[in-house]
Amino acid sequence: MKQPLSIYIHIPFCVKKCLYCDFPSFAGCENIYDDYVSALCSEISDNASVFSDCEIKTIFIGGGTPTVLSCKNIGKIMDSIIEKYNVSNDAEITSEANPETVDFKKLSEMRSMYINRLSMGVQAWQDRLLKKLGRIHTRETFVANFNEARRAGFKNINCDLMFSLPSQTMDDWEETLENVLKLKPEHISAYSLIIEDGTPFKKMFDEGCLNPIDDDIDRKMYYLCKEMLSDKGYKQYEISNFAKPGFECRHNCVYWQTQEYVGFGLAAHSYFNGKRFHNTLDMKKYIEAKGSFNKLHEDIEILSEKEKIEEFMFMGLRMNRGIEKEEFKNRFNFEIDDIYKNELCKLKEEKLINENNGRIFLTEYGMDVSNYVFEEFIK
Amino acid sequence: MSSSRQSKIRNFCIVAHIDHGKSTLADRLIQKTGLLTEREMQEQVLDNMDIERERGITIKSQAVRLVYKSKSGEEYIYNLIDTPGHVDFNYEVSRSLAACEGAVLVVDAAQGVEAQTLANVYLAIDNNLEILPVINKIDLPSANPQMAINEIEDIIGIPAHDAPLISAKNGINIEEVLEKIAEVIPPPSGDENKPLRALIFDSVYDSYKGVIVIMRVMDGKIQKGSKVRFMATKKEFEVVEVGYFGPGKLIPCNTLSAGDVGYLTASIKNVADTHVGDTVTDVENPTHEPFPGYKKVNPMVYCGIFPADGAKYPELKDALEKLQLNDASLFFEPETSAALGFGFRCGFLGLLHLEIIQERLEREFNLDLVTTAPSVIYKIFLTDGTEIDISNPSNMPDPAKIEHMEEPVVKAEIILPKDYIGTIMELCQQRRGEYESMEYLDDTRAMLVYHMPLNEIIYDFFDVLKSRSRGYASFDYSLEGYKESSLVKLDILVNREVVDALSFIVFKDSAVERGRKICEKLKKEIPRHLFEIPIQASIGSKIVARSTVSAMRKDVLAKCYGGDISRKRKLLEKQKEGKKRMRSIGSVEVPQSAFMSVLKLDDE
Repeated sequence: MKQPLSIYIHIPFCVKKCLYCDFPSFAGCENIYDDYVSALCSEISDNASVFSDCEIKTIFIGGGTPTVLSCKNIGKIMDSIIEKYNVSNDAEITSEANPETVDFKKLSEMRSMYINRLSMGVQAWQDRLLKKLGRIHTRETFVANFNEARRAGFKNINCDLMFSLPSQTMDDWEETLENVLKLKPEHISAYSLIIEDGTPFKKMFDEGCLNPIDDDIDRKMYYLCKEMLSDKGYKQYEISNFAKPGFECRHNCVYWQTQEYVGFGLAAHSYFNGKRFHNTLDMKKYIEAKGSFNKLHEDIEILSEKEKIEEFMFMGLRMNRGIEKEEFKNRFNFEIDDIYKNELCKLKEEKLINENNGRIFLTEYGMDVSNYVFEEFIK
Repeated sequence: MSSSRQSKIRNFCIVAHIDHGKSTLADRLIQKTGLLTEREMQEQVLDNMDIERERGITIKSQAVRLVYKSKSGEEYIYNLIDTPGHVDFNYEVSRSLAACEGAVLVVDAAQGVEAQTLANVYLAIDNNLEILPVINKIDLPSANPQMAINEIEDIIGIPAHDAPLISAKNGINIEEVLEKIAEVIPPPSGDENKPLRALIFDSVYDSYKGVIVIMRVMDGKIQKGSKVRFMATKKEFEVVEVGYFGPGKLIPCNTLSAGDVGYLTASIKNVADTHVGDTVTDVENPTHEPFPGYKKVNPMVYCGIFPADGAKYPELKDALEKLQLNDASLFFEPETSAALGFGFRCGFLGLLHLEIIQERLEREFNLDLVTTAPSVIYKIFLTDGTEIDISNPSNMPDPAKIEHMEEPVVKAEIILPKDYIGTIMELCQQRRGEYESMEYLDDTRAMLVYHMPLNEIIYDFFDVLKSRSRGYASFDYSLEGYKESSLVKLDILVNREVVDALSFIVFKDSAVERGRKICEKLKKEIPRHLFEIPIQASIGSKIVARSTVSAMRKDVLAKCYGGDISRKRKLLEKQKEGKKRMRSIGSVEVPQSAFMSVLKLDDE
């Protein structure tokens, strides 16, 4: 049997950087798109032999904004994978899309390149909030292009939403959820805003011009979201992710289940053969390396058994289904109680985790304070 | 009658307010007398310790011998005795002064006379020293030498019209100071044929030679092989070496005679055997007149010092022992706190002394410390007629058994620009000061005298004084005695458990306000837990203030995908590490910073 593997492709370009974003991505670099794509295709093709024993189960093209690229460039990238890799027939192939950067033609072409899942950055329904986030699209273009994506044949669409935004009210959030639900996407990700270091939001926060939402209101928004989505038949399967049955994002589950993936493109992260590393963050260096792994890979860590166990716990518990004791034993040759008996006992007493049918998972409050829970598993 | 040898000796010190240039002048005198070349001259030779150099203050006194050839061609021996400038070391200062015949008084031409100048110059006058005033920093743009001269004459009451106008920093008119020392300061007058009588004014520990006793020989002679007795401690030793101090080094010699300043070593293991102020005499031919004024110095301020990492207790013990080798006035004994674990109860001469020790422990010994609120020594009179001293709030007896309590009171002298008089008087009143007097020193400055409880100035009085006067007020204090007062023990409860390390004794009428501030401070310092945490201040069983740390609502990372895992792990590891360093009070984890935060309760 072939080794299952997922591929992540990073497109580090945007029309404009959003004010909350700390991802490696650049605006105003149209002149290097071709060089970048050519280096990226070399990285994918030239190293294909390394992965000849692998079967590609999922592909995720993220960014940045992959849809800033022309259809031709997106096509080149997809071709370089399809030609040299064993991509499974039922692979989930996702591309992120900014509503402002797509139209029916682009969406149709993407669909014809085997891309079968679209993840749209919606964030909010109110143009006022979109502007505050530094988003380039409006509610109107989102609705229009969501419908165009359906017409182009996308039967699996995710909408990314954000709450706890500065000046966002409970009514705003309810309105966002209501209207997005009317469009019936298969999947919804709902993220509480994180003010990341190095972002304009962080600077505004430090200067006192950005009032963060109170934790109590944040949780009210979160619970409202859970309730409204559950009413419409979406099942929560991770801290921030909800899906209609059968539409859970298989690619992201790979991360949470600490399975292996390889990332191509600037700054892309990989976890392959027990090693974690990422590609260079330097664009010039990336393009000049012409895909040579030796020149690209940085911060290579060989995970110890201890680290593997810890990550299995704090990534796995993000999912509603939690972790299986049986799987723990199969992977690590220890009973979970050999390692974490006291911790599990304490967390159960604190009503932060539950156990059922050999699975251990977070309670509702446990999800709210998951960092506190995860810390227990770091030894 | 002074011999001709003695007539060429001058023993003197330099007195000044902090920053007025005492150490810089000392450096120049050393340099000008040719003991050091320019290249060898490291700034401020007399101040050995880093902290001293950084703070620009002198902690331990030392003595250096200079040879000066005067304009008339005579060769003089100058013994420059460096003295600490701060009130905490008043006794040390007075003993150093007693070893001199004169003092060079340095006054900053821009600042004029300050509180410390007064305190030190009065001490010098009390010791019958001849005062040589010198006006320093005359090259500053804001210098007003005439103002400084007038202040010396008006406030101190000594003539200053022909005081040398100098810049120690830039080496201006240093010759004039050297010349005046020979002229103004009298030579020593002891009799070398009398029995040995030498005054100990300092000691330092050396790992090879043992204790190096620094002394002034008043009468008689001392040499290698002499059998000596320290009259107060009654310890006897055989002298291994005598000598004097070159800058930064010991220079052995055959004999020290009446009038000389120098050192002896005698394989002395413990500085505690060599008390400052004690008299050294000859065992065979002892004097019957020990030097007057000897007293054993006692700590005035106490606090608990604990290692931040409990495992570092042995290192802390070791460090304190090493510091004590050179600082007999540092007191410590083991203390156990339910909240902070094993540590030491330490006693200090005053606030500056406390700060210096803390800094040295942290800097020189690389220790991370948690200190508890400083306390003075209270006298408690019990209903059964007994009297006890306590410096640790934990030892406070049941209030029902207390008849009354007394606390130490100091006389505080504050010199300040007149614009700040109102503000500072208000501050003194808030701190229970009793007004004694106010005197205008000149058109712009005044001196306030208050009687204040020591416990009101050991927290943050100096900081607040400085901030309210924009740094212009200067301050000095001296212990006056004890006074009956209405005092209570204030306890702090975290999640309904008393935290011993946070208890302290406070004036009854200030207790509620203090308790309220502490509860608010702790609320900010204690992280949210899964449950609500009440923080309370109580006097006995009565709760007088309260705040609440509400339960944790949210601690979650919304996004965590392939590229976030390493970062997420580091975050969790850091959190975990932080928690390990916290102190457990019942089921509440309290960071070190919470204990320190209550030491600085902003007055504003």
